[in-house]
Amino acid sequence: MNLESIVWNNLKRRKSRMVFLIAGLLIGVATVVTLISLSNALTADVQHKMENYGANILITPKSDDLSLSYGGITLGGVSVDSREIRQDDLKKIGTIPNSRNIAAVAPKVLGAVQVGTERVMLMGVDINKEFHLKKWWTINGETIREADQLVAGEAVATVLGLKVGDQLTLLDQQFTVSGILNKTSSQDDQLLIASLPVVQQLLNKQGRVSLVEVAALCSDCPVTDMVNQISAALPDVEVGAIQQVVKTRMHALDQFRTFSLAIAAIVILIGALVVFVTMMSAVNERTREIGIFRALGFRRSHIMRLILVESSLLSLLSGFLGFVVGMGATRMILPLMTENHVALHWSLPLAALAMLLALVVGCLASFYPALHASRLDPTEALRAL
Amino acid sequence: MAFIEIEKLNKTYSSDADKVVALRDLTIRVEEGTFLGVMGPSGSGKSTLLSILGGLSHPTAGRLCVDDIDIYALSGEKLADFRREYLGFVFQSFNLIPYLTALENVMLPLAVKRLPAKEKRRLANEVLNRVGLKSRADHLPSQLSGGEQERVAIARALVNAPPLILADEPTGSLDSATSLEIMDLFKNLNREGQTIVMVTHNAENVPYFDRTISLRDGSVDDDTALTPQPVAYAG
Repeated sequence: MNLESIVWNNLKRRKSRMVFLIAGLLIGVATVVTLISLSNALTADVQHKMENYGANILITPKSDDLSLSYGGITLGGVSVDSREIRQDDLKKIGTIPNSRNIAAVAPKVLGAVQVGTERVMLMGVDINKEFHLKKWWTINGETIREADQLVAGEAVATVLGLKVGDQLTLLDQQFTVSGILNKTSSQDDQLLIASLPVVQQLLNKQGRVSLVEVAALCSDCPVTDMVNQISAALPDVEVGAIQQVVKTRMHALDQFRTFSLAIAAIVILIGALVVFVTMMSAVNERTREIGIFRALGFRRSHIMRLILVESSLLSLLSGFLGFVVGMGATRMILPLMTENHVALHWSLPLAALAMLLALVVGCLASFYPALHASRLDPTEALRAL
Repeated sequence: MAFIEIEKLNKTYSSDADKVVALRDLTIRVEEGTFLGVMGPSGSGKSTLLSILGGLSHPTAGRLCVDDIDIYALSGEKLADFRREYLGFVFQSFNLIPYLTALENVMLPLAVKRLPAKEKRRLANEVLNRVGLKSRADHLPSQLSGGEQERVAIARALVNAPPLILADEPTGSLDSATSLEIMDLFKNLNREGQTIVMVTHNAENVPYFDRTISLRDGSVDDDTALTPQPVAYAG
């Protein structure tokens, strides 16, 4: 028999009394667990997507005085006669240690062409790789199948008044518009796109490319490693990782996370209030009992310990149950928030965090009730004396 | 030095404008081994005296020494230790903890003591045996009769082997046959040398006492020592 066994017997033989307390904390902890594991799973999902789809490494010519650019970086005027990358060098990318992680290498050549009164950017691409990489491209019409076909960006088509099937003459060569890109709200809208060898010949840039987009599929290595390896293989070019898209998506996730934490804080606060009210009424209900304990020679600190040990045990139980319920809720909500199947892990640190959170909140909310209990006047409490 | 020394003890309850004097310059000395009965009509101050003796309620003025310890000079936590080491309480309404078995209730005063669990269990079983309740050790209070609950309460008061037992109307809620059994139990304890102070208004209990003090309006009205030897009184 010690203080702990008194607590244990009380909980064991008066189970129903503490349902509210457990429910209050459980809901709070479950909310926190759900929001944290949801945003963790969604972050993992974004990373997964970034590694599987779209280019994440950009290879550009090394240059000191001009910035040639695509995908968020401006091309310093289309007329600039820039240095270019030798197409043969690209084979070296296949020799880097992590070459099996490279999903696609998409070279492109860029140049300005005159169409009527307008100057337009013409981009030559490796058709299959480019369209594989840009999964978000949707074409009104058909993709490029023949050497004399091209696809026009939405803005170009509007300015030039192009329709699918129209004929177009570029540098004395006849092209047919096989399709028009649906609006992407990116620089892709400003382009005329044709196949790489055709454009290279047209611009007199055989064997040379302006820039290369690389999709590296790597879930267990940082993209910077890939960048370093490609830089080592191609010392004459600039290699950089595209961070913007990830950053944008991550920023949205960060906002979700902040919002989640705010919600969680409110729910936890309500949970703490439930614990406070429940413990306070439990103490009032047990006034007489506490009087007996005091008369039998329990110190004030013993009474405090009695109440705090009880709330700690209940808090730990609520924390554990809250974790289980939270994980269950995440499992149910996750499919609604992402189309991919995202693995949900039973994370031990999260379980520990849930129990710690419950313990801290439970003990803080019970502190005043415990103090109040320890300060009860034993004669008042007993009344029989 | 007597075992209990009560000197010019005063207790006044004040509420708003009202002032109620519960004890008025009370001076009593009680020797070790005495079975003292405190009688008196309700409002005479006998319950107040018992709670002051029990270290539960501070006197307004005066001094109380038990075994040469000026107990109201002790700090709050030390006063609790004093109650645990020196006193055994037997309450009128038993005041057992409903979610603890008879044995666990008896072990309560030991719960905050550093003793091996086995030793606590042994001590509790021993006193339960002394009050004749060994077979009911694992029953909850709700499964026990009034007399049995009273015995558990007495066992709980005894388990710490306290020098002084304070009893408040222990027969107040028992039928007369059971009351006699309980009073016999107290008398036997007293014969073994136990000092007992019992508050009661039941005249049938008087023959069991070594000494009977009647209170009226907070002071001693009558003091009878049936066995004069262990009793000393200076008023």
